[in-house]
Amino acid sequence: MIDFTEEQIERYSRHIILPEVGAEGQSKLLESKVFMIGAGGLGSPVAYYLAAAGVGTIGIADADVVDMSNLQRQIIHNQDRVGMPKVESARETIQALNPDVQVNTYNYRIDADNVREIIRDYDLIIDGCDNFPTRFLVNDACFFEHKTLISGAMFRFEGQVATFKPHADKEGPCYRCLYPEPPPNGLVPSCSEAGILGALAGAVGTIQAVEAVKELLGIGDSLSGRLMIFDALRMEWKKLKLRQDPGCPLCGTKPTITDLVTYEQACELQLGHS
Amino acid sequence: MTIAVRIPTPLRKLTNGADEVAIDGATIGALIDNLEAAHPGIKERLCDEAGEIRRFVNLYLNDEDVRFLQGRDTALKSGDEVSIVPAIAGGK
Repeated sequence: MIDFTEEQIERYSRHIILPEVGAEGQSKLLESKVFMIGAGGLGSPVAYYLAAAGVGTIGIADADVVDMSNLQRQIIHNQDRVGMPKVESARETIQALNPDVQVNTYNYRIDADNVREIIRDYDLIIDGCDNFPTRFLVNDACFFEHKTLISGAMFRFEGQVATFKPHADKEGPCYRCLYPEPPPNGLVPSCSEAGILGALAGAVGTIQAVEAVKELLGIGDSLSGRLMIFDALRMEWKKLKLRQDPGCPLCGTKPTITDLVTYEQACELQLGHS
Repeated sequence: MTIAVRIPTPLRKLTNGADEVAIDGATIGALIDNLEAAHPGIKERLCDEAGEIRRFVNLYLNDEDVRFLQGRDTALKSGDEVSIVPAIAGGK
């Protein structure tokens, strides 16, 4: 266990007094390494809360720069940082909040050539990206590397959160058990139809952060095997059953996907594009 | 019997903005056909040319995916709720 400084004991006191966390749990968080895909709407609250919680190492991948239109929901950035790489902006915010956190930045797109090597160094992966090809890539990479994946997605007023860890949960599904392949072009709304209620990103991302801390600590019930869906207009959360599909092309009994697949990055595929 | 069908945001323009519609149907298959009759164009979004439920759309009967029940033949009873859960990808 880590020898806490006095400042750390004070900083993390509200965690340490929780019997489910304690000094041991806090020490575990400080030694944990989490990798996040996306420093946007979902990535902002995730990074904020994991940093505040004292997750020792946070890796963030995002190829974009901060844009004025991001600030309606991407709260880790600010107006002075418009034009700055999002990963740099996120690093500045995190380090101002908690100098205990080591931030690793990946200012480029995650692809089939780099994803497995990158995630190998981390304990937990959090997906908050904005497109289907990356979601499938990250799911497959996590499956091959036996990493737990906490996936969040949103569209207009709706959100979805799920934990995928078929390596650890014998009956746990992967993302492809839910959706075997990305939707074809033209069957989902185009970018111009998209939009997003800013605070929805906070609701969905914060659930991902809560789930991440629980997974790191190993407390409570995992969301594995459940899909949480949130309808902000009805102010309604639902938990649906997610089952491991024996016919899943990745984790099923006769897998057809044995290596990473690169899907075309089409605008039509990006339902909740920024 | 009438079943409450939850319509996700991307499909609401086919239901005049309604987030829930009441549709008759003794099975999931009959429900989809009646949904199409009431809201033309919606079946194409849910099913492929062969009438099978598309793989990037999940239909839930209460909290269970109908693929793990009897698919289109899944029987419905009064008080059931069917939710359409499409794949969404936004994160930024």
